[in-house]
Amino acid sequence: MRDVSIIGIGQTPVGEHWEKSLKELAADAISSAIKDAQVERVDSLYVGNMCSGTLNGQEHLGALISDWVGLRGVEAVKIEAACGSGAAALRLGYIAVAGELADFVVVAGVEKMTDRPGEQVTAALAMASDGDFEAQNGLSFVALNALLMRRYMHEYGVRHGDFAPFAINAHKNAVSNPCALFPHAVTAEDFRTAKMIADPVNLLDSSPVCDGAAAVVLCPTALARSFNARPVRIRASSSATDSIALHDRRDLLGLEAAGLSATKAYSQAKVTPRDIDLFELHDAFTIMSVLSLEACGFAERGRGVRLGAEGDIALGGRIPITTMGGLKARGHPVGATGIYQVIEVALQLREQAGANQVRDARLGMAQNIGGSGATVVTTILEAVE
Amino acid sequence: MEIARHWRLQRHRYSLVGEMCNRCGEKIFPARDVCPQCNAPAKTPFTFSGKGEVYSYSTVHHPPEGFEHFAPYVVALVRLVEGPLVAAQLTDVEGEKIEIGMPVEMVTRKLRDDGSKGTIVYGYKFRPVIVSRTPLGAKDAAL
Repeated sequence: MRDVSIIGIGQTPVGEHWEKSLKELAADAISSAIKDAQVERVDSLYVGNMCSGTLNGQEHLGALISDWVGLRGVEAVKIEAACGSGAAALRLGYIAVAGELADFVVVAGVEKMTDRPGEQVTAALAMASDGDFEAQNGLSFVALNALLMRRYMHEYGVRHGDFAPFAINAHKNAVSNPCALFPHAVTAEDFRTAKMIADPVNLLDSSPVCDGAAAVVLCPTALARSFNARPVRIRASSSATDSIALHDRRDLLGLEAAGLSATKAYSQAKVTPRDIDLFELHDAFTIMSVLSLEACGFAERGRGVRLGAEGDIALGGRIPITTMGGLKARGHPVGATGIYQVIEVALQLREQAGANQVRDARLGMAQNIGGSGATVVTTILEAVE
Repeated sequence: MEIARHWRLQRHRYSLVGEMCNRCGEKIFPARDVCPQCNAPAKTPFTFSGKGEVYSYSTVHHPPEGFEHFAPYVVALVRLVEGPLVAAQLTDVEGEKIEIGMPVEMVTRKLRDDGSKGTIVYGYKFRPVIVSRTPLGAKDAAL
């Protein structure tokens, strides 16, 4: 296996891009990633996307986007793993380069959600769950997270307000991210009075519906230096699955696939959670942040929520999370999110995170989750000395 | 539409039929043909009693397409007395009256319809267990 590095990154602002189509958004991100990498040749393109069939009436994104962006002829394919599509695509790009099947691979994530009314988007997102036994009974994706949150609050005696620091931290960090959808701060009072979506999950527990695209260029680490002065090495890449339905989980609050995926990644990178300088986790809902922190070994069971109150998740804290706003405030264009996360870790490791720079960041982790924890892809990245 | 899909799910939805494992005795719902505990093949049908208790719940204010005219409605994970969790709507009860641990029982209700030319989908929901508060007894009879 070859060592793999990221030599180019590109991202569009997350927003409501009514003026741009799915392929135009993807092309913006891919073009800027290729420009950043300064590569002359691309061998293959992997596109992470969840909803193009249902929301855009368009499948076959590999051929569509490769041609549109000027890469006609290359191997190109769409990868789908619900909200984990972006990192799932990254992992396949990693496998292709590590396995010596390709030298220069572009991995893009793209999602175009705002062309459709809300109830259609809600129905499309519910396809991440068990169609026959969750979605067909009227359980929205938010409702599944609400069931997790209510049970967590019940088992550990936690109040809804205890989750507020996760939303506040994400919004605070989004203020200086030029690509963030919500670059403004929120307060504990905003959190307390936010509109209810599926109780106890309210609007400020939840990541927004939006459009966006992000892309990275991968190549063997041995070649990386000749293209980019600050390549970022992929120290670990791992993926794991759990039952798609909540009711089939062995341990409802355990987020087992997150634990499995993180454990494999730590083992591959030969590190422990204590070595991780920042963690771009999958804060689709505040409860997901808490469950991820616990499953990945940053907090004991039932204590993850306290990392918010104690400041551990802040930029200067023990384990900074959502350093550029996270899914909550940068935004969650679902199939693109996994690539945005990895780009944000790369910016931190390249010391290009501006006002949000985590000091002396050498090792960063990104974790992208599909569904309510059914597909989990973990990536550990390192600054190349 | 998907008429065949709904037809295939009839026994699960109308009668709460799952499976049991002949090796370890695990009761399984929804059916999955392989025991989640011991991985043995498990294709023996098992009909659940429909009794259980609320394990977690939420009120949906922003429903997916197809469920708009039911909103707001309550969804839950119900722990069946035979063991498994099932995801379902709660019915005949207000969201604020529900609590974790509340006894519930299965009823058959309309899940959704697909417009004037579409199918009407029926299936299980759960309601609070109805307990008769004034059983016929000597005191009542004396009146």
